[in-house]
Amino acid sequence: MRFNSRDFSNNKVVLDVRDLSVRLPNQPQVAPILNQVSLQIRAGETACLVGESGSGKSVTSLAVMGLLPKDALRVTGGGITLSGRNLLELTQKEMRAARARNMAMIFQEPMTALNPVMRVGDQIEEVLKVHGDLPQKARQERVLAIMEQVHLPDVRRVYASYPHQLSGGQRQRIMIAMALILEPELLIADEPTTALDVTTQGQILKLIAELQEKQDTAVLFITHDMGVVAEIADSVHVMKDGQVVEQAPVEQLLRQPREDYTRKLLKAVPSLIPRQERPETLSEPESQGEKVLQVQKLRKVYGGRGFFRRGEGTLAAEDVSFAITRGRTLGIVGESGSGKSTVARCVMRLIEPTDGQIVVAGSEIAQLSRQALRPHRRHIQIVFQDPFRSLNPRWKVGRSLVEGPVNYGASRQEAMQQAGDLMELVGLPREALGRYPHQFSGGQRQRIAIARAVAMKPDVLVADEAVSALDVSIQAQVLELLADIQEKLGVAILFITHDLRVAAQICDDILVMQNGKIVEYGPAGDVLANPRDAYTRALTDAAPGRGWDFANFRELQSA
Amino acid sequence: MEKAVQPASSSQWLLGALSLPRRWRLGAAPIIAGLLLLAIVLATLLAPLFVTHDPLAMEATKRLQPPSSEYLLGTDPYGRDMFSRVFYGGRVSLLIGVGAALVSIALGLIIGLIAGFFRTADAIIMRIMDSLMAIPAILLAIALVALSGASIGSVIIAITIPEIPRVVRLVRSVVLSAREEPYVEAATALGSSMPKILIQHLMPNTMAPLIVQGTYICASAILIEAILSFLGAGVSTEIPTWGNIMAEGRSYFQLNPGLIFWPGLMLSLCILSINLIGDTARDLLDPRLKKREA
Repeated sequence: MRFNSRDFSNNKVVLDVRDLSVRLPNQPQVAPILNQVSLQIRAGETACLVGESGSGKSVTSLAVMGLLPKDALRVTGGGITLSGRNLLELTQKEMRAARARNMAMIFQEPMTALNPVMRVGDQIEEVLKVHGDLPQKARQERVLAIMEQVHLPDVRRVYASYPHQLSGGQRQRIMIAMALILEPELLIADEPTTALDVTTQGQILKLIAELQEKQDTAVLFITHDMGVVAEIADSVHVMKDGQVVEQAPVEQLLRQPREDYTRKLLKAVPSLIPRQERPETLSEPESQGEKVLQVQKLRKVYGGRGFFRRGEGTLAAEDVSFAITRGRTLGIVGESGSGKSTVARCVMRLIEPTDGQIVVAGSEIAQLSRQALRPHRRHIQIVFQDPFRSLNPRWKVGRSLVEGPVNYGASRQEAMQQAGDLMELVGLPREALGRYPHQFSGGQRQRIAIARAVAMKPDVLVADEAVSALDVSIQAQVLELLADIQEKLGVAILFITHDLRVAAQICDDILVMQNGKIVEYGPAGDVLANPRDAYTRALTDAAPGRGWDFANFRELQSA
Repeated sequence: MEKAVQPASSSQWLLGALSLPRRWRLGAAPIIAGLLLLAIVLATLLAPLFVTHDPLAMEATKRLQPPSSEYLLGTDPYGRDMFSRVFYGGRVSLLIGVGAALVSIALGLIIGLIAGFFRTADAIIMRIMDSLMAIPAILLAIALVALSGASIGSVIIAITIPEIPRVVRLVRSVVLSAREEPYVEAATALGSSMPKILIQHLMPNTMAPLIVQGTYICASAILIEAILSFLGAGVSTEIPTWGNIMAEGRSYFQLNPGLIFWPGLMLSLCILSINLIGDTARDLLDPRLKKREA
């Protein structure tokens, strides 16, 4: 693994944040949101700001940009200097000018950051129009030039496109073009690749590095992904609870982290090396090898046949076949649009499969009517990605947990008793049954969602990106919980994920999908270590920080 | 393991702490509107206790009197006491307003839930609703009154029918977006029956927008009632309603402007305060607004 760790001590300091504190106005008793944050970035340097959600990464960047929500947060101490100018003393108007000329920002979700009813070329040109006095013709040429620089294909066509006509990666390129067209000294990138697929992410990271080199920009890169940090950072600032707990050049931080918190963060990064293969032995030998879920030639076409519509429809999954035995985990891996979620939802019969067979616990369910299906639903349960939306916000947790068992004839009392046991199983207190979902953190809600699914004593548990929305340390805990539950209850898990690291840690078998088709299917060790298919290889190659064993602070030994 | 009560992050905590006081910080307008509406409702309900005359008693010798200590707001062309009639008139108007709002919301909710949840029913129901929306309330009222005679019931029906599609559309749109929520899908996976999902998971989502919509229907029903009465297509002219009083006073408006002014003022204040309350309810209940705060 080759790290950046370039030496910038001769370059001038572009951004200098000193003892920056941010607080809630008029609430001195509440702990500060940012507590004496200091960091320096020199020209050409990439500084990564890492930390879990709520650590103050984004507040730091917003404070630098002068974009703190006005009444909600206030800078109460310290200073922010950009190339010798104190940003905190600027007027609104001067700040607005500085925001495009001297510093610029790109965001996580390029779709919402772009104006949906304006051609993207005009949006880039707008930046020039507001901050400069180039004539129309020169402006347009400048826009086309920067679009070339961010490697957009067919720039004249893209210039006249609306945001929805572009892919996520292209939209992020447009955002980067907008940010860098005035050649600012400082670029702030707030999780710019988190919403992108891993192969696109690699390209965008490369692009940012390339333009940075060309313009000698200082980059403040906010991320929660240690893999990305290892790829691009020169220096790393680890934040926790509004404080910078550790600052170091990237290699030093990854090899010899000083702080316990940094160590904990790094240890939580799942390794790309598949875990030890598990023998297929179970406590009850008679159930050994029992296939609890079998899918044969599953096909799903969206749209198509309709009363007024005719035509092909969109093929979302075709010829998908797999099987899971009791107590084992099958991972479906793929990028967005690969059809992995479609398969999960078909298997759950949340959407209607177009064709094929789905056998759950011995019964064929693909063609059953809604009514006939209900008795079979208890055998297969699902945990969703977004813990904030998967529990009814108006219901106490207890009510959510007993909903399923009561549907299948349990008395409320009995079900409540069992729900209490389940809460303890997932590591939450029994009393929490009487609380509402908003009183829990994301990780806790995901535990509740798991408890709700397990309450049905299912044979198969479908986890649809169940840990993708969680911080790494919480993610590690939830993965552990799933493994624990699997061991205790012998449930089979169908694990849908885009994250190869997660898949490597939990799956016995892995199925790789691309464009609705299976490209590779086999034991996790084989698929990840010796991918046969070109696409699988591209996926594993694109995983950021793949050469580094984060948890052991050293290069990956066997890869 | 994180502690149970502690919210996810400091920033969430911060916004939670801020939103509470802000949610209850009402401006002066809704409070004044609330008090005004309360006063109007109480005054019309308690009218028998304080009015000075029988609102229906005619006295031929006392036609079109100016305001005096006996007739506080003067008398109408038939010698009836305007003060009494204005307050009694509010009873029918408010009854029709509240009645029309409740009926259209109840029916609209049921139809909307079904349309939102069942794809096949949706197409049929919504086309029927489109055609109902094309019926002008006033023409329908005139037709109904011509068929069945003037009564409070036929006025409520005439107002309700064109309002129902609006409620149905509202409920349907809420259900359409809520049914995609993972917690509704989870309920399906847990084997909950369709009626259970509809009533326990989806219906509560519609309540906030329905309360808001209800206030607007109430206000517009009171107005339509007044228009219908003014046109002579409303309740029987003997019963005082704000619309009726104005209709009868129309020809003598120049002699005694109070004939139009007082019922008109009550009507306007009533509508204004209901609408202000509706706006405030929307501000408090609107999920988009809540998202900005929480």
